[in-house]
Amino acid sequence: MDELENRKVFVIAAFVVVAFIFLTRLFYIQIIDDSYRSSADNQALRYVTKYPARGIIYDRKSQVLVQNQAAFDLMVVPRQAEDIDTIAFCEIMDIEKMEYKERLSKAKAYSSYRASIFQKQLTSDEFSRIAESLYRFPGFYGQKRTLRTYPDSVASHVLGYVGEVNAGHLERDSFYRSGDFIGISGLERQYEAELRGERGLEVLMVDVHNTVQGKYSGGNRDVEARAGADLATSIDLDLQVYGERLMNDKKGSIVAISPEDGGILALISSPSYDPNLLVGTKRARNYQLLASNDSLDPLFNRALMAKYPPGSIFKLIQSLVALENNVISENTGFPCNKSLVGCHNHTSATNLREAIQMSCNPYFHQVFKRLISPGKSSNYFVDNALGLSQWAKDVEDFGFGQRLALDLPNLKSGSVPTTEYYDKIYGKRRWAFSTVYSLSIGQGELEVIPIQMANLAATIANRGHYIDPHLVDKVGKDSNVVWSKNETGITKDLFEPIIDAMQWVVEKPGGTARKARIDGIEVCGKTGTAENPHGEDHSVFIAFAPKDDPQIAIAVYVENAGYGGTWAAPIASLMIEKFIRGSVSDSLKENRILEANLLDVEVDED
Amino acid sequence: MRTKVSIFEEIDWLSVALYAALVFFGWLSIYAANYDDQSSQIFTLETNHGKQLLWIALASILGMILLLLDHRFFESFGYIIYGISVFLLLAVLLVGTEIKGAQSWFVLGPVSFQPSEIAKFGTSLALAKYLSTMGVHFSQTKHRLRTLAIVALPALLIMLQPDVGSTLVFLAFTLVLYRQGLSSWYFSLGFAAVFIFIMALFLKQYEWTVFGIIIQGKIAFLAGFTGLIALVYYLLRKVKGALLILGGVFASTLLYFFSVDYVFSNVLKPHHQNRINELLGIVSDPLGAGYNVHQSKIAIGSGGFSGKGFLQGTQTKFNFVPEQSTDFIFCTVGEEWGFLGSLILVFLFLALLIRIIWLSEKQRSSFTRIYGYCVAAILFMHFSINIGMTIGLAPVIGIPLPFFSYGGSSLWSFTILLFSFIKLDSERKFILR
Repeated sequence: MDELENRKVFVIAAFVVVAFIFLTRLFYIQIIDDSYRSSADNQALRYVTKYPARGIIYDRKSQVLVQNQAAFDLMVVPRQAEDIDTIAFCEIMDIEKMEYKERLSKAKAYSSYRASIFQKQLTSDEFSRIAESLYRFPGFYGQKRTLRTYPDSVASHVLGYVGEVNAGHLERDSFYRSGDFIGISGLERQYEAELRGERGLEVLMVDVHNTVQGKYSGGNRDVEARAGADLATSIDLDLQVYGERLMNDKKGSIVAISPEDGGILALISSPSYDPNLLVGTKRARNYQLLASNDSLDPLFNRALMAKYPPGSIFKLIQSLVALENNVISENTGFPCNKSLVGCHNHTSATNLREAIQMSCNPYFHQVFKRLISPGKSSNYFVDNALGLSQWAKDVEDFGFGQRLALDLPNLKSGSVPTTEYYDKIYGKRRWAFSTVYSLSIGQGELEVIPIQMANLAATIANRGHYIDPHLVDKVGKDSNVVWSKNETGITKDLFEPIIDAMQWVVEKPGGTARKARIDGIEVCGKTGTAENPHGEDHSVFIAFAPKDDPQIAIAVYVENAGYGGTWAAPIASLMIEKFIRGSVSDSLKENRILEANLLDVEVDED
Repeated sequence: MRTKVSIFEEIDWLSVALYAALVFFGWLSIYAANYDDQSSQIFTLETNHGKQLLWIALASILGMILLLLDHRFFESFGYIIYGISVFLLLAVLLVGTEIKGAQSWFVLGPVSFQPSEIAKFGTSLALAKYLSTMGVHFSQTKHRLRTLAIVALPALLIMLQPDVGSTLVFLAFTLVLYRQGLSSWYFSLGFAAVFIFIMALFLKQYEWTVFGIIIQGKIAFLAGFTGLIALVYYLLRKVKGALLILGGVFASTLLYFFSVDYVFSNVLKPHHQNRINELLGIVSDPLGAGYNVHQSKIAIGSGGFSGKGFLQGTQTKFNFVPEQSTDFIFCTVGEEWGFLGSLILVFLFLALLIRIIWLSEKQRSSFTRIYGYCVAAILFMHFSINIGMTIGLAPVIGIPLPFFSYGGSSLWSFTILLFSFIKLDSERKFILR
């Protein structure tokens, strides 16, 4: 029996060997091989992105311009959705079976185990309709998102719009994930970093039936989403709404600025579009429709991008620059010599005020001639070049020919021609006053955008300086945005004759902008009619009011509307009265504007 | 003279402690596997862990009763208990309830039990009694055949249910017979048979191209085997009868090799075929046949070194692992306690097995020794198949992990097996033979 008793050693050895094999195997799958860990996470954990609410944009009186509405993306994890009742699902979703298959195979192509969007941006109503039956379809769940909504459907060109990030965005900025929203134009784009907030993450445990079983690890790995910062803008919602109504059926733009702080009160580009059209799933289709509308081009922001010759309003700058450079005084008179440049019939101006009031072209022809002939060189060409250099510099000090510090993308700079510019075209010493004289009345190579015209009105209202025109005063709760003050270098007193003349333009009999008169408010303005080689002239009017305590400066530009006093001036006056008084007294004037359709004016095709 | 010493002084408390540790660890795992945040009540019969608590209490009472029994009961009633087991195994085939494809349960109202559990105990007692009978020598063919009959009768009846897992457990008795003198050649033969079986299935999927000739895996195996036999013959060419023996080995191996395919596809059921294919890596179907093992490995593998923490497991708790309270209870240990917990569990079992063998060898009564070997062998078989299955080293065979898995019937039967041995062992000093 002794020999057999030794067999216990082999029996025990067998136990030990099996235990050793098990421990080796366990060591391998538990410690060395990581793949089981990630498989477990993929199966039992659901990583839900918590999308932050985008910042809300308010007007100057804390009225909402754009806010958020809840929306839901219907997500699908293809691997878990294999055994669902497809027919019932398609019925609830109101889609064809083919469509279902197509979308699911698209999701599968991305990943069988990870969630893809099955249907984007369902509204709360749409989602709540299907939510109650969602438990029958494992693998499907709703992911909360927010969409933009515009309660008053205005200011589309100011606010801009958001869209889903594209491949380019994803590559440039690692912040974004596929499916994120990003500001594409307007304030949405300019303040994207502030508005977007920060994504959060929720790690949930799900069981084998895809039912959520609570937070993983007590919510330790969760990250709260941080909402985007709200923007407080200088826009006056009521004025913006009113301005858009006035510009209905007209092509052009209105920019109104508060001269005191540079805040933009209204920025209107017409034709416009309802910003709600570019929200959610319908965005792509509507965008196509808007973009393909060639004749009206509603997506084009005229206030920032349309370059026009300034026309007669430029005479204001000419006057100020001439006074500052002592080439004229406020009492200088010039005869209305129509052989120099065309003019309408009026008595010759005996002083600067009359010249501005009557908008005398030959007068400013002669003023400009003095300006660019400073007598610094005996050579006529050299002297004119020197004069133009100084003039261009002075004009640029008004914010012309340069990009203003406005907080909106795609802002144009316009242009003020310089010596270099003409040298390039004509050659050095090959040009002189006779070549460039049309600048004297705001024609020729001058290009100005509407916001620069409004800024000019604000500068004159301020008697010599302007604050950067801007939209946003405050980001978040307490972060004020600082905007700088810009000096024109023109002595303050020199503005008085100009401003007097601007008041006469509106109020004196024979003034070119009598239609801009408002009982009880001293409006100062200047009309302009920019020559349009393609058709009817463009109608321009800039103004500010009240004269001694300016609250609003405004530029109105109406394309193909003819003489500046006819359309642009009354529109400006309605805006001014609306802003200062809150309502408009002259309903006759108002109705005439509201009913006017200036889109059908004939335009030469070239 | 036998003094009236309290039997508790003679009990092997180490075995009892190991038992208690396993049962407690097991209950914790059942609690964790069924835990959810909403109801964490412990004393309720609504849940598995609540019921298991009741089974444990009843098992403790059962253990106490066994310790208080007269030690002669086991030997005297050995054949009777065996007889009852066989009767019940016959009865269950006629009036039993079919659960999961096997007619192996008696269901009497709320109580249900498997006669195969009692059969393990009965067969152990009968085997120990027969082999310890005066005049029975395992070396004699007549006695060997009777021994075989004692084991084979209940095993065949269980196979008819059919319950493959429990039938396989009866293979454990070969370990007992080995200790009684069964030649180790049988084990070598067994291993060789399993090896060839695996090779025959495994090599089917391979083929290599050598010098433009396509060589199938099976052909390569046979060529190698033929070469090996030829080599052995060359070495033994001078030994008488070598040709005959080697020829016999060669022929029977070939016959066996080619019958594997036939047996595999015609005798085994499709779900058995799938499980074996999955185990050997011939097919990979983590959503179908391989789902259980795939999920089980994910649960265990995701535990890492120290585990996710008690009640923090996601795979077991949220039903990714099937049968997570019963056959796959080890997953909870692997997931929540990690490698460290698995190590402790394996060591607990190993310690208990070695302790039983060690105690058995100290017995003066060969009945007790043989019975002890039976207990160790049965526990070992369950342990090996169950853990092996959860980590993908053994095919999926539904048998419980002793003391761990949820279920009164299995807990009690293992308690009876172990405590009968502890009782018998406690009488060691008073037995003269």
